[in-house]
Amino acid sequence: MLRIAPGERTLVTFELDGRPVSGHVEPRMLLSDFLRQVAGATGTHVGCEHGVCGCCTVLLDGAASRSCLTLAVQAHGRSVGTVEGLAPGEQALNALQAAFRKHHALQCGFCTPGILMSFTDFLARNPAPTEDQVRDTLSGHICRCTGYAPIVAAVMEAARTLRGDATENAA
Amino acid sequence: MKPRPFTYLRPDTVAEAAEALSEWKEAARVMAGGQTLIAMLNLRLVDCEAIVDISRVPELSAITRTKTHLEIGAAVTQNRVLSRPELAQEVPLLAKALPWVGHFQTRNKGTVCGSIAHADPSSELPLSLALLGGEVVLRSTRGTRVLKAAEFQRGLLSTAREPDELVTAVRFPLGAKGEGTGFREVARRHGDFAIVSLAARARADAIDLGIGGVADRPAVRTIPRADLSRLDDIVDALAAELGGFEDIHATARYRRDLVRRLARPVIDEALSCSA
Amino acid sequence: MSAPAIRSAQAEAPSRPPRAKDRQSSSPLGQPIPRKEDEALLRGRGRYADDVPAPAGTLHAYVVRSPIPHGLIRRIDVSRALALPGVHAVLTGEDVARLSDPFLVALKQPIPQWTLAVERVRFVGEPVALVLAEDRYIAEDASELVDIAYEPLPAIVDPEEAVAEGAPLVHPDCKSNEVSRRDFTYGDPDKAFAEADKVVKLRVDYPRNSFMPMECFVVVAQFRPSDGSFDVLANFQGPFSAHPVMARALRVSGAKLRLRTPADSGGSFGIKLSVFPFVVLMGLAARISGRPVKWVEDRYEHLLAASSGPNRVTHIEAAVKNDGRITALRMDQMEDYGAFLRAPMPGPLYRMHGATTGAYDVPNLYVVNRVVLTNKAPAALIRGFGGPQLYLGLERLVQRIALALDMDVLDVIRKNLVPSGAFPYRAAAGALYDSGDYPLCVDIATGEGRLEDLKRRRDAARAKGRHYGIGFAAVVEPSMSNMGYLSTMIPASARERAGPKNGAVSLATVNVDPLGTVSVTADLTVQGQGHETVISQIVCDQLGLKMDDVVVNLEMDTVKDQWSIAAGTYSCRFSPGTAVAVHHAAGAIRDKLARIAANQLNVLPEDIEFVDGMIRSKTNPDNGLAFARVAGTAHWSPVMLPDGMAPGLRETATWAPPELEPPSGDDRINTSLAYGFVFDMCGVEIDPDTWEVRVDRYVSMHDAGRLLNPLIAEGQIRGAFVQGLATALYEEFRYDDKGGFLTGTLADYLIPTVTEVPEIELLHIESPSPFTALGAKGLAEGNCMSTPVCIANAVADALGIEHVPLPVTPMRLHALMAGPEKTPPRQAKATSTAATAAKREGARELTGSGAVTIGAPVAQVWRALLDPENLKATIPGCHALDVVGENDYRAEVSLGVGPVKGRFRAEVRLSDLDPERSGRLSGGITGPLGDASGAGMLRLEPIEGGTRISYDYEVAVGGRAAAIGGRLLDGAADLVIRQFFERFASRLGASSGAPSASWWNRLTSALRKPQ
Repeated sequence: MLRIAPGERTLVTFELDGRPVSGHVEPRMLLSDFLRQVAGATGTHVGCEHGVCGCCTVLLDGAASRSCLTLAVQAHGRSVGTVEGLAPGEQALNALQAAFRKHHALQCGFCTPGILMSFTDFLARNPAPTEDQVRDTLSGHICRCTGYAPIVAAVMEAARTLRGDATENAA
Repeated sequence: MKPRPFTYLRPDTVAEAAEALSEWKEAARVMAGGQTLIAMLNLRLVDCEAIVDISRVPELSAITRTKTHLEIGAAVTQNRVLSRPELAQEVPLLAKALPWVGHFQTRNKGTVCGSIAHADPSSELPLSLALLGGEVVLRSTRGTRVLKAAEFQRGLLSTAREPDELVTAVRFPLGAKGEGTGFREVARRHGDFAIVSLAARARADAIDLGIGGVADRPAVRTIPRADLSRLDDIVDALAAELGGFEDIHATARYRRDLVRRLARPVIDEALSCSA
Repeated sequence: MSAPAIRSAQAEAPSRPPRAKDRQSSSPLGQPIPRKEDEALLRGRGRYADDVPAPAGTLHAYVVRSPIPHGLIRRIDVSRALALPGVHAVLTGEDVARLSDPFLVALKQPIPQWTLAVERVRFVGEPVALVLAEDRYIAEDASELVDIAYEPLPAIVDPEEAVAEGAPLVHPDCKSNEVSRRDFTYGDPDKAFAEADKVVKLRVDYPRNSFMPMECFVVVAQFRPSDGSFDVLANFQGPFSAHPVMARALRVSGAKLRLRTPADSGGSFGIKLSVFPFVVLMGLAARISGRPVKWVEDRYEHLLAASSGPNRVTHIEAAVKNDGRITALRMDQMEDYGAFLRAPMPGPLYRMHGATTGAYDVPNLYVVNRVVLTNKAPAALIRGFGGPQLYLGLERLVQRIALALDMDVLDVIRKNLVPSGAFPYRAAAGALYDSGDYPLCVDIATGEGRLEDLKRRRDAARAKGRHYGIGFAAVVEPSMSNMGYLSTMIPASARERAGPKNGAVSLATVNVDPLGTVSVTADLTVQGQGHETVISQIVCDQLGLKMDDVVVNLEMDTVKDQWSIAAGTYSCRFSPGTAVAVHHAAGAIRDKLARIAANQLNVLPEDIEFVDGMIRSKTNPDNGLAFARVAGTAHWSPVMLPDGMAPGLRETATWAPPELEPPSGDDRINTSLAYGFVFDMCGVEIDPDTWEVRVDRYVSMHDAGRLLNPLIAEGQIRGAFVQGLATALYEEFRYDDKGGFLTGTLADYLIPTVTEVPEIELLHIESPSPFTALGAKGLAEGNCMSTPVCIANAVADALGIEHVPLPVTPMRLHALMAGPEKTPPRQAKATSTAATAAKREGARELTGSGAVTIGAPVAQVWRALLDPENLKATIPGCHALDVVGENDYRAEVSLGVGPVKGRFRAEVRLSDLDPERSGRLSGGITGPLGDASGAGMLRLEPIEGGTRISYDYEVAVGGRAAAIGGRLLDGAADLVIRQFFERFASRLGASSGAPSASWWNRLTSALRKPQ
């Protein structure tokens, strides 16, 4: 049984966007804080720290999860995916990102990384979603800028693109 | 909004988990998905000395179907259950209620057992377990015991779990042939705590009606089919009996009236699904 | 001036706005170009304030806040907090009062506000102390060790009660909670009312809410002892008129407060003005600690006390003629700003002032404006800024007028709209509406079958017995505020003495470097609107470049960048303000380059054009030079420049429109430069079982002059619409009637998610503003103004009700519509609940009652009640019990339900003792989870085989438990009290006090019997 005393710092190591990352942290440190403050991965944002807003959503072993409701020690030995690992390279955005840009599905961009991670998981499991399913999944996020409609449109288009039956390329 | 310091314990087996709880008792909180517990830790609503993280105990990650029930281990996430293609045949009510539990993102980590062990009076899963007459399996260094849902949930966030006990699994009875179920929830926003949730099961000779969010625990009543002609009176009296509580989103009276208005549609849904 | 020259209403593709047709097709201006910002934001490469690397040695701050709404600070003991390893300092009001001055206030009233409470707290969440520690976790730990003793005072929450005789004073030196009142008369309203066919009156209440950004406040402060200057990074949004307020509080000159804003900000919507007190607080903390200090506000703090819009009570009445004409309006507007007037408050009460008559041609007007203070968090900037409050009254009134005259609402609206062709139009209170065609907008929005469709849907729903209503709203949306509008609040004579304020200065700089790269800075703050993109479009339009050729840096640095007091992003000042300055600065660069190029190409400057990165002759396009080459001349070859031309290529343009005059002697004020128009129409259906309101259809018609980027314009409208919907149906800061705060999590304060948001149909026409070079007006606030009242009107239409309580929650509609209960509850607890239902919403007490039966004689029970040892064993979670007097105890208790537990200090008293019959049990608890106080009566009666104790209680809960655990409090109070009596009973060998389990069986069997 692993046992870490309060205040004791243990080595936490996991795969962050395909690369190993590690740091010595107390058991109470949240994964969201580890990502931002220890790993320097500031692409993941913190909006409420009680699991409602969705800004901090990351992939934990591929499953969209709130990093503010996860302890850093819980990520040990796992893989964590964030917005910073989405794009295939410097030249291009991935289909979901590109659709967000085309549809003006972001304004301030603060909630966007979490939303992108949710739909990365969601579309992998559900490549041909209905709009209602997209809305259901998006309801786990709060966006204050866009009015949501452009986000739904972007996800639907990204799904089409990823299925390969896009009638137009994501700009 | 950061947690207070605590000792982190991560057992690898159920036996270790039971030992940890035997050592720490009330001072420990069990964490499976952490979707409620860590939020409460961040808000400093919970004062505990130790967290027993059972999410990596292999024995607890099983979903087992027996002849009579679906047994769900304590580390099984809500989405894992929801994604069972056969769930709608196995436990139809669970297939209807689970999508109302939190959001896709919290269901990825939140567990079925954790929700039942937390015993929030507004939660969908304790209501479902109570309505179906399911069971909770508890384990400690002293042994194992199995409680009926009605024996397990004692009140507001309170259960019959002893401080040294771990909920290792819950058992949902499999849907029987000819049964139908209905589920309805009223919340301010999708995914919010229910103001009122209602579940119904139509059996050959009677209807089971379950109500969450009104009293301090799910209320389940059995209504013989012969009494359905007096359903409005029965539900009216039941609402009056349950009383209800007040918060900023709902008066007790509003809760009672939701029961009065929605019991019939939920029962109708159950009846329409039954053979 | 003539009517708008260009107008294009587009019928065939309503969701896509038309493009201005009078520009070169190659110009990006007016095109729906995807944003430049997105590339970084979509990769997680935004540079928000909390992402900026903190300086070495930075300490992390946590703000200790008042748990009570009003009280005197008797003592603050920081010793235990300071003793915690990792803690460096704890600041209190004493430090702040010693090193800083109170913030400047727009009113001449003694309302001193420091950045930490001095002597007195006035709202739940008011900062009282600041802990500085190695990290945030330790700072929060230490905050629980700061021991503060308060002497509670009565608090005032409701603005109308606040102005009543004998109300507790929020600021005793002010003598009244109504700290400002002004009456305004325009035309002859009394005569119009005397001659009216009818007078229609209405009272409306606008709630408290915030269009809360997802990123909370962030401040990183440093102090340089060498010159006594502060260097602060904060996600401040402006207006920069707050900069002098901060500098004065810090007792430094403006140049010694270097305020910087980051490249990105996670939304603001007005809210991030209110980071400014924390700029000062962290500056002081850096000065005291000698270390850089960083503070990242968390969501609990943000909900509790960051900022909110003001709530307003409006009494409005109209003098109307039988044909529907409104001849005069009277309004009494009482606006509640909470505990302090934060600069530039009371802005919302005056920002709309010139446009008080809205979209209607009403010549006679009487207005009373009152500013009221209460024990709530200070109100400040918020999107819409006074518009939503104004239009809730005005547009609800129009619906009531139609009912009173038995007319169609649309006919009343049409009858009174400012007519087509009347622009520029001077409204009664002084606004100069620049352009528009309001009747045309109404025609387009209701045309093409849209209104018929709504009516069909309404009729079909009503035919099935469902509740369905249609609502309208017509609003004038101002943009770019006159800096002089707030001085309307003071009488004309005093204005003259103070020097009349007016105008609004916009500034932007376009720079071209020796390689020909264009860069732009401007006097605004980024919040996600897409300024980088639109500024690039404007510059490309002037200079014939590609979007990627222009670098826009909108990080603000008050020491190095161009700014004036109007700077910042608020009141839709970008399109009519900064955008114009950018246009002028780029135009100046263009003129200069044209002269240089003309010189080199041997043509006249008038013959020069800028196309595709070339500067060339219009008449002979082959005669041209690359843009970079011409630009380089200004740097590399100053001698070759035309005579008299200064070398270098950097132009800062200043734009200050002459229309923004100071208030006139008779208090007329042109409050804004440009005025757009919004006409909304919607249909709502209300579920008769749950009383949930569903918006079925929503149409929003806009005229915001020229659209600079239609994609971004639509984004702004969609966002504002959802915030308006939130005001109508979801978001509200709730306080109980004692000042306790009840909405401390995002599960209590309800921001709509996508599943609560309906589709919306957007329509546009473009009537360019004649007052701005680009013809563009603001459009980002309109739906915050129009949507709440449009939905309220539809709800009123659906249910036939006059008073529509915002937000229109199911609970509130149920209370209005449900009627008497068929079978009220009979149980003990439920009886008291029925009593609470009669109390007004927000009443603080949790009440209940119950009874236990104890198998012991009355005398023994009575002795046990008075026995401290027995009490110690009976009080749930009691660790220690000290007797401080006869029947007066102090105890340490652990209380809670399930996992939610906390340690409290408790005081318990027994009084009013009537031996062996009755007594009163009272007391209170305080702890990190919150505080509670309560009292209950116990009555003993002998029964067969023992004693029956019946009890009732009232408990008031405050602090953290009330703010974030409200959902469970009622049950929790009941549980704890029941536990007490169950334990009491069981110690004396009791039978159960629980309600009979067989009650249900008896009921059902009774029902089964033939009656």
